[in-house]
Amino acid sequence: MPSPADRKYSREHEWLKLDGESAIVGVTDYAQEQLGDVVYVDLPEPGTALTQFEKMGEIESVKAVSDLFTPVSGEVLEVNQQVVEKPELVNNDAHGAGWLLRVRLSDASELEKLLSPEEYDAFIAG
Amino acid sequence: MSTQILEKTLMELSHAGRVGVTLPESDVPRSAERPPAALLRDELPLPELSQLDVVRHFTRLSQLNWSIDTHMYPLGSCTMKLNPKVNDAIAATPAFAEAHPMQPAEDVQGALAVMHGLQRMLAEITGMDACSLAPLAGAQGELAAVLVIKAYLESIGEHRTTIVVPDSAHGTNPATASMAGFDVVAVKPQPDGDMDLDALRAALEEHGPTVAALMITLPSTLGLFDRNIVRIAEMVHAHGALMYGDGANLNAMLGQVKPGDLGFDAMHINLHKTFSQPHGGGGPGAGPIVVSARLAPFLPSPHVEQVDGRYALADPPHGIGRLGAFHGNFGVLLRAYAYIRSLGADGLRAISEAAVLNANYVQARLRGAYDLAHDRTCMHEVLFSGRRQKAHGAKTLDIAKRMIDYGYHPPTIYFPLVVDEALMIEPTESETKETLDAFCDAMLEIAREAETQPELLREAPHAAPLRRLDEATAARKPILRW
Amino acid sequence: MTTETQDATTPAAGPAAEAPAVQHPYIPLTDDDRAAMLATVGAASTADLFADIPAPHRLPALDLPDALSELELLQAMQALGANNRVATERACFLGAGAYRHFRPSIVEPLVMRGEFLTSYTPYQPEVSQGTLQTIFEFQSLVCALTGMDVANAGMYDGASALAEACLMACAVTGRRRIAVSDRVHPHWLDVVRGYARGRGIAVDALPHGEFTLTGEHACLAVAQPDFFGRVSADAGVWGEAAHAAGALFVVAADPVSLGLYRAPADYGADVVVAEGQALGVPLSYGGPYVGMFACRERFIRQMPGRIVGQTADLDGRRGYVLTLQTREQHIRRERATSNICTSQQLIALATAVHLAALGPRGLRRVAELCYEKAHYAAAALDALPGYAVERDEPFFHEFVVRTPRPPAEINRALMERGIIGGLDVSDLLRHRMLLCVTEMNTRAEIDALATALEELA
Repeated sequence: MPSPADRKYSREHEWLKLDGESAIVGVTDYAQEQLGDVVYVDLPEPGTALTQFEKMGEIESVKAVSDLFTPVSGEVLEVNQQVVEKPELVNNDAHGAGWLLRVRLSDASELEKLLSPEEYDAFIAG
Repeated sequence: MSTQILEKTLMELSHAGRVGVTLPESDVPRSAERPPAALLRDELPLPELSQLDVVRHFTRLSQLNWSIDTHMYPLGSCTMKLNPKVNDAIAATPAFAEAHPMQPAEDVQGALAVMHGLQRMLAEITGMDACSLAPLAGAQGELAAVLVIKAYLESIGEHRTTIVVPDSAHGTNPATASMAGFDVVAVKPQPDGDMDLDALRAALEEHGPTVAALMITLPSTLGLFDRNIVRIAEMVHAHGALMYGDGANLNAMLGQVKPGDLGFDAMHINLHKTFSQPHGGGGPGAGPIVVSARLAPFLPSPHVEQVDGRYALADPPHGIGRLGAFHGNFGVLLRAYAYIRSLGADGLRAISEAAVLNANYVQARLRGAYDLAHDRTCMHEVLFSGRRQKAHGAKTLDIAKRMIDYGYHPPTIYFPLVVDEALMIEPTESETKETLDAFCDAMLEIAREAETQPELLREAPHAAPLRRLDEATAARKPILRW
Repeated sequence: MTTETQDATTPAAGPAAEAPAVQHPYIPLTDDDRAAMLATVGAASTADLFADIPAPHRLPALDLPDALSELELLQAMQALGANNRVATERACFLGAGAYRHFRPSIVEPLVMRGEFLTSYTPYQPEVSQGTLQTIFEFQSLVCALTGMDVANAGMYDGASALAEACLMACAVTGRRRIAVSDRVHPHWLDVVRGYARGRGIAVDALPHGEFTLTGEHACLAVAQPDFFGRVSADAGVWGEAAHAAGALFVVAADPVSLGLYRAPADYGADVVVAEGQALGVPLSYGGPYVGMFACRERFIRQMPGRIVGQTADLDGRRGYVLTLQTREQHIRRERATSNICTSQQLIALATAVHLAALGPRGLRRVAELCYEKAHYAAAALDALPGYAVERDEPFFHEFVVRTPRPPAEINRALMERGIIGGLDVSDLLRHRMLLCVTEMNTRAEIDALATALEELA
């Protein structure tokens, strides 16, 4: 299935969707499939400053732990508490209810460094 | 759906008022000095069971386990060999079991003689100069040896901060390096499984004077004897770094080669693998370390020394200190000592020969059915990849679970991480040819099933006390106590 | 060679000629097995299988004692054991971190069942429920004793558990300095220092009771009872001091004392560690023992060591699995919470069987017997000319006695009278001996000790 057209993607398998003044960030459906059953997410507190492509947290499956990298620089506005309490939402709906963070972008030009849905689908097709 | 239970917990079996053992009344007058009431507890929520309830509970639980005593247990890198009962009998002897660790040396000369003898025998077997029995487990032995190396380097004014580790290494290696305050640099093996000398050279050159040691397992975690090992040691030493050997696979080398002769400076030994200490469901083990002469002054405390025919505990002059409250896992050391004494030099050499022959026999019999990670003579364990079966729809995990239906404990799977769908089989020297043949027949049958009925594997085990367990829910919503 | 000889006269043939001439019971392959297997492998001899080893280093001389038959081995070990003077036939008043307690007869046979003894880490939960459930029960029992929320499957011993607790406090607080009471067992303090040194963490051994912490301290670690056996009523104050500094309060407890005394959770502990040996584990000259490690629930992801959790199988049947494994070395490698990959499981099992046999009333009775007999002994010794018991603080089952002569001299004389005396602590306190009295010591033994000490004054 093609990746949703309404957002941008990183090579580290995060997606970013603009939503008014801010953006929502999550991991892609492809990433959750690779991870297997997600059991824990460790996300930055609201107010944390993020730098594009640097580590922002961790996501754990039963037998693996992966770093999460922020697709953009900015400030964390909100953490999806539902996904903290029910990490399986990442598996069930990675592009929807399984979103991770709401971020205020500090530099909109950074979006140009992200992939389009077509580019991302080609990237994961390898 | 009501939850079915294999065995109730102790707390579920508890019934207020029952007791499992009697205790005496006090034979001294009650002290007039009472403990302050503020210090006393009012509740102690422990289970209350009759003696038979306790016996049946733990007996039934034991019967839910598979073990060496009941099943072939070819768990790669774990050396699940015969655990001789005579060693247990010796460890239970009151003369040893009732020795108090703080007794003066003059009153525990027997225990100290065992430790001194084991120090000497382990140094001899590995070709090293000195031995410490203090580490309480393999991982702690690693930590101790790396701290010894660090202390030695500091003593000669070298501040080195990096340890090079093959990426096929056991996870304890990088975790240990990190606990000892080192950065870790990983190097990949070349396609034939030996270390990539160019990659090693590049790592040594890039990190040059900061490299403290190379941590390497020999035979490697791929089950192979690295043919360049002498060259590797020369390269490492040329950079002023030391050679650290992870002794997990020592069983393959007993009497065949001494790591000290190959240039190793330090090594830990897993007594619960090579030297037959029972694994106990995950401990106790012991992780003695052996080192070359230049590292000996830095060994942990205590060290057993012999002076004028008497044994005593001593602190090495520049030692890294204690690793545990006392002198090491003496009961484990005692079993290892007895094991070596029961085999002698010829017996130990026969162990490694049989262990290596058995692994190569399994390799030969399964070669056509499973992909080999490296098709060459293996040492004491053989590493397959389940990638062919995965293409048919049965992953390595499924193969492992299906083995349970055939009555074999699964091998080590998904380790080392560098081999796709890894399946690592270590038969050990303890199995008969008949058992190996039956095991290989089962593996061949499973390979056929993987092609024809992969769902049979995916749903396995069918004949175990439980079917597959939900590990995701266990981790998402941890229930860690009653 | 003195091994079994039934095959010694059989001439070995062909490629198997290099095999040992005698059959060892630990190695079942016979000459005909070897020949058939080598043919399958396609090797001319087992020596060919070792061709990857550099030739100059092959088959080195091995200077080891000759092999012993099982009978000879038992005789040799018995001879060595005869050089130990142990408590079996003597009265023992030695404690100091390892304690002689009554072990109910059911403990050993259950623990030594081959299915427990010879299994490994329960990587395959479908065929390891016995080990997994006993770990779950051990965790639950440790929580019950300490009053804490969660416990792990066990650490190497109490000392390394304390060291790991201090390192965990550093990880939790992001601080790099540890405060430890100087009345923690000196060996334990050494272990803490060793673990901390590796990570470049500073250790301050503070005078007991005078705990001035700064914002740099990750934790305050105390022993209750302390090394000299004293149980302090001020522990709650220390906990408050630790928390006021933003540090964790780590308590090293004696598990038998917890049959009588308040659970450390009740006076503010964030982490509780203990040496489990006192619960059904033989002295065995210092090991193997098991460290107990328990903490508040909010620290579970920083907890070191193995943890078992309850879950269900595909058919909804209750079962147990290793869980929260992403903390551990085999997954997180250099970023793991610790490098530990064992849990002293068999020893943890012994403590669980022991506690199940004793129950709450049994453990309380053991603790009371220790208390009464230790206080009886302290009063008797205090009355002796030349001796004085230090009783400025309440104690449990160990106490310090000032002796009229060097304790080492006294201990040698006691041994001649069939008594294992207390620990000579002269290196810490001049002419002092640390004595331990448990339920194992009869009134007659204590009276004999007093009589002997009086004669030795």
